[in-house]
Amino acid sequence: MIWDKQAECMRIKERQALQLERLKAIVRRAYKNVPYYKKRFDELKIKPSDIKNLSDIRKLPFTTKTDLREGYPFGLFAVPRKEIVEVHTSSGTTGKPTVSGYTRKDIEIWGEVVARALTMCGATKDDIIQNGYGYGLFTGGLGIHYGAQRIGATVVPVSAGQTKRHLDIMQDFGSTILTCTPSYALYLTEAVAEAGINIKKLKLKAGCFGAEMWTDRMRDEIEKRFHLLALNIYGLTEIIGPGVAQECEQKNGLHIFEDHFYPEVVSPDTLEPLPDGEKGELVLTTLTRDGMPMIRFRTRDITALRREPCKCGRTLVRMDRITGRTDDMLKIRGVLIFPYQIEKALLEVKGVEPHYQIIVTRPQHLDEIEVQVETSKKLFSDEIKGLEEIRKKIEKHIENSIGLRVKVTLVEPKTLPRSEGKAKRVIDKRQL
Amino acid sequence: MEVKQISLFLENKKGRLWEALNVLAKAKINIRALSIADTSDFGILRLIVPEPEKAKKALEKNNFTVRENDVIAVGVSDKPGGLAEILKILTDADINVEYMYAFVEKSGQKAIVVLRTDSISKGKKALKQAGVTVLSAQQVYSL
Ligand SMILES: [Zn+2]
Repeated sequence: MIWDKQAECMRIKERQALQLERLKAIVRRAYKNVPYYKKRFDELKIKPSDIKNLSDIRKLPFTTKTDLREGYPFGLFAVPRKEIVEVHTSSGTTGKPTVSGYTRKDIEIWGEVVARALTMCGATKDDIIQNGYGYGLFTGGLGIHYGAQRIGATVVPVSAGQTKRHLDIMQDFGSTILTCTPSYALYLTEAVAEAGINIKKLKLKAGCFGAEMWTDRMRDEIEKRFHLLALNIYGLTEIIGPGVAQECEQKNGLHIFEDHFYPEVVSPDTLEPLPDGEKGELVLTTLTRDGMPMIRFRTRDITALRREPCKCGRTLVRMDRITGRTDDMLKIRGVLIFPYQIEKALLEVKGVEPHYQIIVTRPQHLDEIEVQVETSKKLFSDEIKGLEEIRKKIEKHIENSIGLRVKVTLVEPKTLPRSEGKAKRVIDKRQL
Repeated sequence: MEVKQISLFLENKKGRLWEALNVLAKAKINIRALSIADTSDFGILRLIVPEPEKAKKALEKNNFTVRENDVIAVGVSDKPGGLAEILKILTDADINVEYMYAFVEKSGQKAIVVLRTDSISKGKKALKQAGVTVLSAQQVYSL
């Protein structure tokens, strides 16, 4: 099912014309109303009138999270504060939070794009959407909420980290769609098993999972354990929140709602645009946002764009599942690697559970990676020799696929953190 | 019935052995024999208990990774050379001993040796043919 056929299946030429028209308008507004943009444009001697084609977007300066922090709290708003009806912030784990402001129209657009996303997961007004994203400053909870309401589905705002309540509601209400982070979904599958709940009695048919990186292996695991269709949603607070892109049932990438968010992929090193299909950093420009226009925002997420037609009928460009973040890039003994590469290799070994942690240290001027893996019944042997063989097998497999030696340590089951929000996979103990 | 051994995975972390034993104590399970094998990172605790199924359940409930497998228990006279004799019988029959551990029965007359061979049935057969007393599960559990 398609929520907005006209927008999602628009002829490409037609959409490009719409994008150009919107791009021109937002660049004009940003230049006129936001001193930060005016200053940056003037430094590069660029005028809004220099945007004549979509490719002229390359002339514009990038905006980074640091720029947003410098404008903290309201420096990047393009409307008087009284026009802003809602604000969210993105987590301040790496410094001051960044603030995102929405006008009433922005909130409506947000509901609209999330409605498209939820519809891709199969949601209709007949569905009960159990929302396990956190409500509050985090955009996950309210974003999904607005989309669900737009569709007219019954939304149950459970929020994050209420496992017992999630289990009760899932059974008692007969929820049909689950929305939460994939690591929490996995955690819920364990909780369901532990509580002895019969999966066949649950009515869940689909899950809309995102807000953190995950893998196809994790998807398979969640789908197998929960008997549902698990689809990937993408978004970020600086741009709007969830609903920037969503995977359709074809599972071949996430359709970006490019009539609202214009995507580019650039090399994280040179910042030069990359051709379709090549992996690089995703850069997004909001085309319709009034409260806080974002021009060429560097997301730090690593992906590639794909424009081959999709069987679902949507003409929207697709992006690959996010496979890393530029700030997660680990430089180990001079080699750039992403944690997902280790995860992928790890999960290819039979019997390994998707619970692991990567610890980077530098004991004596040389980087070392330790990968802690939880043992499982399938992996355990009553012989030291047997366990050592498994450990070595995992080490060998990771080394073969990333080209670096790692040390694998087996740890007891359920001892690695299952955060109810984002799973912390990498601990970098190096003092650089 | 074969003698069952349960083994569990232990991280080399303070208190984990105590926790495992405490789980068994709380479940009122007596331990007949116990051995620990370890490396610098992890260890394997092996136990002979009269109610292996019950012990396994209690440990699993407490998040331990548990495995159950068959072992051979033999009685060895508590005098020099008793153990060497057993190993010789198995070596001569070309049977590998993966690991073994011993404990002394209450009367102090005999040592009980727990053996894990690559093939349990072959190991038992070889020992019996050589006239060694292979103990039944009942005999071991009721020690
Ligand atoms: Zn599609």
